[in-house]
Amino acid sequence: MYTFSSKLKTFSFILMALGVLGIGYGFWTAPKNTQDVEKILAAEEQHHGGHATAEAGHEPHHEAATAVEAPHGTEQNAVVPAATDATTTAAAFPAADSVHAVAEVPQHDVHADADKHTVSEADHHKEHEEHLEHVLHQLQNKPWAALYVACIFFMLIALGVLAFYAIQYAAQAGWSPVLFRVMEGITSYLLPGSVIFFILLLLCGFHFNHLFVWMDPEVVKVDRLIQGKSGYLNVPFFLIRAAIFLIGWNLYRHYSRKYSLLQDGANDDLYYKKSFKASAAFLVFFIVSESIMSWDWIMSVDPHWYSTLFGWYVFASFFVSGITVIAFFTLYLKSKGHLEYVNTSHFHDLAKFMFGISIFWTYLWFSQFMLIWYADIPEEVTYFVTRIEHYNLPFFGMVAMNFLFPVLLLLNTDFKRIPWLIVMAGTVILCGHYLDFFNMIMPATVGDRWFIGVSEIGSVLFFLGLFIFVAFTALTKESLLAKRNPFIGESKHFHY
Amino acid sequence: MSNKVIYAIYNDDDVLMDAVKQTRAAHHHIEEVFTPFPVHGLDKAMGLAPTRIAICAFLYGLVGLSVATALMNYVMIEDWPQDIGGKPSFSYIQNMPAFVPIMFELTVFFAAHLMVITFYMRSRLWPFKTAENPDVRTTDDHFLMEVAVHGNEDEMVTFFQNTGAVEVKVIEKH
Repeated sequence: MYTFSSKLKTFSFILMALGVLGIGYGFWTAPKNTQDVEKILAAEEQHHGGHATAEAGHEPHHEAATAVEAPHGTEQNAVVPAATDATTTAAAFPAADSVHAVAEVPQHDVHADADKHTVSEADHHKEHEEHLEHVLHQLQNKPWAALYVACIFFMLIALGVLAFYAIQYAAQAGWSPVLFRVMEGITSYLLPGSVIFFILLLLCGFHFNHLFVWMDPEVVKVDRLIQGKSGYLNVPFFLIRAAIFLIGWNLYRHYSRKYSLLQDGANDDLYYKKSFKASAAFLVFFIVSESIMSWDWIMSVDPHWYSTLFGWYVFASFFVSGITVIAFFTLYLKSKGHLEYVNTSHFHDLAKFMFGISIFWTYLWFSQFMLIWYADIPEEVTYFVTRIEHYNLPFFGMVAMNFLFPVLLLLNTDFKRIPWLIVMAGTVILCGHYLDFFNMIMPATVGDRWFIGVSEIGSVLFFLGLFIFVAFTALTKESLLAKRNPFIGESKHFHY
Repeated sequence: MSNKVIYAIYNDDDVLMDAVKQTRAAHHHIEEVFTPFPVHGLDKAMGLAPTRIAICAFLYGLVGLSVATALMNYVMIEDWPQDIGGKPSFSYIQNMPAFVPIMFELTVFFAAHLMVITFYMRSRLWPFKTAENPDVRTTDDHFLMEVAVHGNEDEMVTFFQNTGAVEVKVIEKH
């Protein structure tokens, strides 16, 4: 039996406490109204010498409208006086709080016409107000989006581990049964994680925040593209879908754990067979629900954009993170002497999975990026234009972290057996995939107002602490070795 | 100095593995082992050095990547930077996504083919090569260990007979 080390427990509590403080600080400092925003903007203007703010603040709409002709032409816009820039921004804003302006083209035209006439003082004032409101929404979204990214990231890690677990069962893998209890411990986070996540979705649905722009009836009223999708993108249906997926995953987790424990005390393999069937059924449900989940929870923050391989892309991202977390837990427990039968070959296999799925993720990332870049269709390409413009370092840095680093480190067979190398590669992979989710959510919710600051780090720390606490508590409940699994003997003697 | 060798023939890979271990323990030098199929762990039992072919393949892959990059940079960017369908041909990095499929394929191509050729060269395999088969049965169902004779020949023959060999022959090698 494993006992939760008191140091680790304290550590997880500290993480949670720091996290709560960070999250609270993020909400506390978010601007309440446009006066606050005006102050912030004025302070920034002083700080950056005025020029840079105008450029940063007004770029997305401007750039999105002109698409990729000038992806590197940021500098030229800096010279445009702020007043005219604000016109474009204001034109783009009321339709959607998101950063892309493609759907707002009709309105744009109206405004362009208006532009030809002299812009009266009153108009100018109104546009300034609208711009303030736009920035206000982005800044108010910031702590919410930070919370949302961290919450979905950790919940999906638990889901990735669950999917891996189901695959090991369905494939009758001979190497992994000694790790089943570790995986079960990690997936115990799925239940609390999905409860918190569902509460977040409820808060979105009841307009406590502005993460999902299609949930705002004011926006939908003037946005014909979202109107056309409202048969799918409406709050009740959205919440029902979310509930079905979360319940489905948690049911599998509950029963697979139960059967796994019952199999320990059984005289035959009945529960193993039940687990096998449940895993096969879960995998079918999982791949469908995962796909829809990625449209709902991630792609729909950009309701004007769509991509067909998005579901797979999201899957690869959290699947590799899940495998990395399994490796971390295994290495930790092994180093404390709790996993008698785990040897370097098991690490080797996990590291191979980390390596392989990292490349799989890159393949999907690149396929999605390259197809859109190559065809350069304005309504699709804005997605990447905003990311390259405003998230350049996180966007490309993430590719380096999730691809180059693991490829170079984990290519060597010997390296895959060295714990500290696995931990190093795994840390980079996990940070990289957090950034991946950050890149998926942030551009649509906070736009160019992103920053990895107190609320982002606080949210991550909180969920990390909770994750550690829940998973290790579950690990203490049962023996760390499944006893009567039909493949356990093979797994104990596994060597590669 | 005679160049006599002993051919110890086995009909089971487990017996062979045991025999190899015993032979190594008795400090007889194993010249060669012939088997009809790969015997897992035989190289370790014989104490053979690990292969370095994977390192070769990695380096060949880097060569392939460089060739692809240099080729496309010269052709598409430096030599004749045409505007083809609006693709930005001002610098390599700007048009890179379009080159990645070729960079990938050439990396794999170079790594795979040069590694195979390296393997052929290092193991001396080519189309009209004369087979070096000491006993035709080793390609079907027998395992043969070839050990150089040093010192007492009879003693060695009995040693190998005791290792479970179905047949022990002493051959004069030319």
